[in-house]
Amino acid sequence: MSTVATAHESGTHDAHGQHEELPFLRKYVFSTDHKVIGIQFLFMSLLFLLFGGLLAMAMRWQLAWPTDPTNAMPGGSLLPETMFTSGVMLPEFYNALVTMHGTIMVFFAIMPLLVGVWANYLIPLQIGAEDMAFPRLNMASFWMAVPAGLLMMASFAVVGGAANAGWTGYAPLSTSDVYSGVKLGQQLWTISLVILGFSSLIGAVNYITTVINMRAPGMTWFRLPLSTWALFITSILLLLAVPVLAGGLIMLFFDITFNTGFFNPVVGGQPLLWQHLFWFFGHPEVYILILPAMGFVSDIMANGARKPIFGYKAMVWAIIAIGFIGWIVWGHHMFMSGMNPLLGGFFMVTTMMIAVPSAIKTFNWLGTLWGGNIIFHTPNLHAIAFVALFVIGGLSGIFLAAAPVDIPLHDTYFVVAHIHYVLVGGSLFGIFGAIVFWFPKMFGRMMNEPIGKLHWLLTFVFFNLTFFPMHMLGSGGMMRRLYDPTVYPHIAQHQDTNVFITVCALLLFASQFLFMFNFFWSMFRGKKASANPWNANGLEWSAPSPPPHGNWGGRQPVVHRGPYEYSSPESDEDFLMQTAPPTGRPTPAHS
Amino acid sequence: MDRFWRLPQNISTYGGDIDSMFHIIAWITIVVFFAVELLLVWFLFRYRAREGRKATYTHGNNRMEVAWTAGTAVIVVILGVMSRGLWLDIKDPRRFPDAGLELIVTAKQFEWNVTYPGADGVLETDDDFTVRNQLRVPANTNVRMTLRSEDVIHSFYVPELRLKQDVVPGMSIPAWFEATVPGQYVIGCAELCGIGHYSMDASFYVHTAEEWTQWNAQQQTAAAGGATTNVASADATSAEPAGSPAAAAAGTSN
Repeated sequence: MSTVATAHESGTHDAHGQHEELPFLRKYVFSTDHKVIGIQFLFMSLLFLLFGGLLAMAMRWQLAWPTDPTNAMPGGSLLPETMFTSGVMLPEFYNALVTMHGTIMVFFAIMPLLVGVWANYLIPLQIGAEDMAFPRLNMASFWMAVPAGLLMMASFAVVGGAANAGWTGYAPLSTSDVYSGVKLGQQLWTISLVILGFSSLIGAVNYITTVINMRAPGMTWFRLPLSTWALFITSILLLLAVPVLAGGLIMLFFDITFNTGFFNPVVGGQPLLWQHLFWFFGHPEVYILILPAMGFVSDIMANGARKPIFGYKAMVWAIIAIGFIGWIVWGHHMFMSGMNPLLGGFFMVTTMMIAVPSAIKTFNWLGTLWGGNIIFHTPNLHAIAFVALFVIGGLSGIFLAAAPVDIPLHDTYFVVAHIHYVLVGGSLFGIFGAIVFWFPKMFGRMMNEPIGKLHWLLTFVFFNLTFFPMHMLGSGGMMRRLYDPTVYPHIAQHQDTNVFITVCALLLFASQFLFMFNFFWSMFRGKKASANPWNANGLEWSAPSPPPHGNWGGRQPVVHRGPYEYSSPESDEDFLMQTAPPTGRPTPAHS
Repeated sequence: MDRFWRLPQNISTYGGDIDSMFHIIAWITIVVFFAVELLLVWFLFRYRAREGRKATYTHGNNRMEVAWTAGTAVIVVILGVMSRGLWLDIKDPRRFPDAGLELIVTAKQFEWNVTYPGADGVLETDDDFTVRNQLRVPANTNVRMTLRSEDVIHSFYVPELRLKQDVVPGMSIPAWFEATVPGQYVIGCAELCGIGHYSMDASFYVHTAEEWTQWNAQQQTAAAGGATTNVASADATSAEPAGSPAAAAAGTSN
């Protein structure tokens, strides 16, 4: 192993590649290295993020200028007649866009961007392990996600087009082509999600095992960085929730293919059964889609504020509490479903309760900034935006949690605004922050700061201009998933708002090209990164950038303290790495 | 504030209570929003990095943790308790007020069919009549609907009534409202139901009592005329065209 260390000290970028002399295919394609797999997930999910965004742009164009051939969507004429005819988008294609935008963003963009990328990349590096507990299972996890994604994309090209019953796939619309006009597309949707579910499950087992068993000496549970804590709890949620979805999806597939009628009342089935199964998975899923981002933001914000995270243990317990309460709130998606209203009353109370751990986290982030020495590096800007926007997403959630107020708001743009404040304002800003923060570790180079800051600013501005007015469209009574909102007079009067939103959404989308440019340019031309460019404390920053196969070149890192010892009196600098041996100075007592 | 939130006009008896709850939550969240965001911006300014300064070294404060945990819990529990009663008043059939008019609303791709009880004031008898894509009710009358679907899930939504209820195949879901302001409104579908979901609208008329009595009588006569086989029913309607709907409106149907 000493040859590895020497190869590294030489500092050349490809030196560590000589370590095992793996052929190209084993090293970059069918790799078992958790870092390569994390980066593979990163490329795959960013591609899907771009594609999902493109679908959203097509929807926004239609909403601003519905069925107006004089203002036809650019590029629309390139689409087949079954999607776009004589300058007008067809309603069945719009419904497919609605469905596939939601499905792709949730399952193929945000979920892998949070879990597939960072659980793989960060967990071994943050806990001081050479790799995952099951490296080959890990490789299988990625290579199951790929065919799942291909099947989902292929569904656009089949007879009848892609699934068009919404990302929630409510039966019996989703189970009968008599009602939806789509059979093969819906079957592919189902199969793809089942395969992706297996990929997530395998990943989750791996992450859980790795965190429990492979922590470095001295890495106690309460010395884990909050990113790892959040990814650990998220993995438990995945392990328990995904099988429920898979079960439901298999029943759905049987209903479509063999007319089994699990969800078909004509033959004794129950449409609400699908909703219970879907949301029993779906609500923990919502927390799967935000908890990891909360972890990244905590790591980044402590670094940016040069200060220990405020209330570390409260933060951990809040993550655990969200993980638990998240299981008993699914019914709030079904307030209007015809479910027993007494159940609605129960779910309202549990949903209100989950606001408490969310508030704890927000106040602790504020506490972290208080008294800090705040550096506004790009990752920290994203983390700050996360907190500012998550507050809005959380508060709009209270309207929807209050069941009587939800009656007019349910299935309107108020819900669309709420979910995008959480998943874009929250999760996606967390993801951008994480990418910029750990980019130097991944690729050995820094991302460009001025471009990064410009991208952050434009994204922040256009995000708010796009999604904030949707609250008012919703409270004004605009329903979701409408192909042409001008059919209804009470919505048509807000058409200028819809045009405004579309223009801002297009600008929001365009701003992302700055990020794409920065990402690829920096990968090859960015400033060379040291091992610890942000003066951070975590174990990942004690490994070279990028770390070799095995991460520390055979050396076992030893942990002496928690991950947030910024500005500690124990050190003359404003950071103190977890691996730094005790200085001998009196350690201040703390919880 | 109504202008800011663009709330549609309210025309139902419970809509005002929903709007009040909406505004209570809106004011609480607006105050919390400004408090948190201003604090955030203030901290960012006040504690921005400066040369030669070190951040305060602290790991937190248990008293503050307890304070904000308890504070948040109290607010949301109060909101939950306040909302629960109103929720059950609107949605729990055991709390429904006595019906002045009972209707069956049957949804299918992509229309709303409304079945009225006919002259006998009783639903699901021979003299029922059904109107396509029109819901007409008298003002200031408790209307109890039974919502059914023939195909997929739809959602009955009238923004002005502050009423939304999914319509699920295989289920008969009860819902009620009392409209107070005569006029013409629109029923929309709020649950994605297929290719024509966006245009699954129907007219909704709230009539004065006189207007409605007249319309109902016309419809009953027309329906009875169409029912050539049922002589007894036709006799009953022709004998007493104006009285029956009044009786129905007075709540004798149940």
